[in-house]
Amino acid sequence: MADTSWLREFPQMDRMDLLEIRKTLDSAYREFSRSYGDSIESFFDPLLHFLVWFEQLLINSPWWAVILVVTALVYAATRSWKLSLSVVVSFLLIGYFGMWEDTMSTLSIITVCTLMSIVLGIPIGILMARSDRIRSFVTPVLDIMQTMPAFVYLIPVVMLLGIGKIPGLIAVVIYAIPPVIRLTNLGIRLVDPEVMEAATAYGASPMQRLFGVQLPLAMPTIMAGINQTIMMALAMVVIASMIGVKGLGQPVLKSITNQYFTLGLFNGLAIVALAIIFDRVSQAYARRTQRHSNGGRNV
Amino acid sequence: MSDALIRVEGLYKVFGKDPASVMPLVHEGRSKDDILAETGHTLGLKSIDLEIAKGEIYVIMGLSGSGKSTLIRHFNRLIDPTEGRILVEGTDVMQLSPRQLIDFRRHKMSMVFQRFGLLPHRSVLDNVAYGLAIQGVDRSSRAQQAQQWLEAVGLSGYGEQYPAQLSGGQQQRVGLARALCTNAEILLMDEAFSALDPLIRSEMQDQLLALQQKLHKTIIFITHDLDEALRLGDRIAILKDGALVQEGTPVDILLHPADDYVAAFVKDVNRARALTVETVMTPAQCCIEGDSVQAALKALEQAGREYGFQVAGRQYRGTLSRRSLEQAPGDHIDASLLETVATVAPNALIESVIPDTLETPGPLPVVSEDGNLCGELSRASLVEVLGDGSRRSAA
Repeated sequence: MADTSWLREFPQMDRMDLLEIRKTLDSAYREFSRSYGDSIESFFDPLLHFLVWFEQLLINSPWWAVILVVTALVYAATRSWKLSLSVVVSFLLIGYFGMWEDTMSTLSIITVCTLMSIVLGIPIGILMARSDRIRSFVTPVLDIMQTMPAFVYLIPVVMLLGIGKIPGLIAVVIYAIPPVIRLTNLGIRLVDPEVMEAATAYGASPMQRLFGVQLPLAMPTIMAGINQTIMMALAMVVIASMIGVKGLGQPVLKSITNQYFTLGLFNGLAIVALAIIFDRVSQAYARRTQRHSNGGRNV
Repeated sequence: MSDALIRVEGLYKVFGKDPASVMPLVHEGRSKDDILAETGHTLGLKSIDLEIAKGEIYVIMGLSGSGKSTLIRHFNRLIDPTEGRILVEGTDVMQLSPRQLIDFRRHKMSMVFQRFGLLPHRSVLDNVAYGLAIQGVDRSSRAQQAQQWLEAVGLSGYGEQYPAQLSGGQQQRVGLARALCTNAEILLMDEAFSALDPLIRSEMQDQLLALQQKLHKTIIFITHDLDEALRLGDRIAILKDGALVQEGTPVDILLHPADDYVAAFVKDVNRARALTVETVMTPAQCCIEGDSVQAALKALEQAGREYGFQVAGRQYRGTLSRRSLEQAPGDHIDASLLETVATVAPNALIESVIPDTLETPGPLPVVSEDGNLCGELSRASLVEVLGDGSRRSAA
């Protein structure tokens, strides 16, 4: 009688073979990080310097100056007194409860991550909108980036670059960049084809079409993508603190391991406050720059 | 070479994955449905030959799916043909490099779109100036030109508004001003007035005709509305299933439809609104020279008619009737003997002269602007042309 065990149990790969595969891949990657880790790290040096400089700037400036500048920026972007006032109140409360320095660290890394995501994400989104081939390649990559548990891609990043700000930044950007790419692509594809045709018919060059028509008309959608990116970056801050990113995530991590409920709650609430501020400000800014779409009646 | 500004020669357009592979079938003369069923390719246009003269309004008309929007997009190469040539002032548009094509679109042609195609994020003034902005004209001079065209279309106060704040008719005026602002010689209008309600549409048609009187552009106008085609067109081309079925002047199309398809179209046309007096008038039957009542009566007798026109040379003087001439006291025809009869202009629409025709027992004199008698308009000829048209076209 023939062996029928494969009917009852899954015909699994030999354990030794599986181990062999894992060993080979691991050692190959280790080899790769050993030989190229330094050069890749030095490639990111300018970014690290900027990040450190920006964080120090926020922490070392007097607290009232930071609040003043942030509030001025919020008012310039939204023209709303209500929003500016709630920003002042949130920051005062955060400072009063002793979370000022961590909040400044988080603010700096979120700002840099968002800028990175925009700088990388919008061009990728534009390329995706231009060619269906690029889109069919990028879409599954974005799907992987969004569904792969964040801890999994922390591993190779840490292996390559060690623990610190830059690997944290890379992890946050990988996690947070998909919305801005997706929505840039979507926004450009949704531009009224007749408007595009009109621009072409009047002799607009591809660049004039992109900057004069496509990007401005896609802006509400792109802004929604940026908004989502900021939210996801904030959510990722706690996880990134596991690999040494300073900020509000570290106390949260500490309170999980030590069961400090109140410490966790306070820092969690500070992250929520930052999130709400970023969200409201970016949305109010987007609405204000889209005055034409509601007929220029209300601001 | 003839004086045609635009020539289209042997134009074919096939939509699908590999259009070139289908061309042999198309040349065999297979039908659109056959080709679609067999190869999955759609035959958009087949064997189009056209000549469009400088300064005319050339209307391309057809129902949806007839290929008219595809055809108009070939003139500025928003769509590339599968086969054939498009010559504008003798230059083959297909041979232009990308750089030259951009230049060609900037300076030679401008376009008006069915759903306006305005830039929603720019003010009305910036929309009008768009073509100039693309060309790199400096801000102040393009604002000045745009303002001028905005005035020409009657929207001078609206420069600072955004398109969304304007009504459909106003938006299309902006579209028209934008097209005129580049000073391009050729104007492509793709169902430009089809999205507007009837009253605004006829207003826009009037405005276009008035502007054309001043500007003498070459206008290619696409429409699915035969009334509009007849009203605007110097010449009309009728498309069906991507092929040209008839080309001619409005009167040609109306009175001599080439086939059943065109005839079916023409049947529902309000002829009174499409034809002018000129096209239905007949030569004046009884012209009376001189002032003698007797001579006039004799002439009426000879012609066997109740009414005649008193003329001096070609100039129209008045209308005489047999009854009043018979009761005349002397032999001299004076003003009191003339009938009170309205005169009609040769270029008046028939619709506008129907009341006069009904009120007058005899034929109406057709008198040109300089006072010459061109012919007469009788009730009989009016009834004939407004009645069943097929009798006349068969005759």
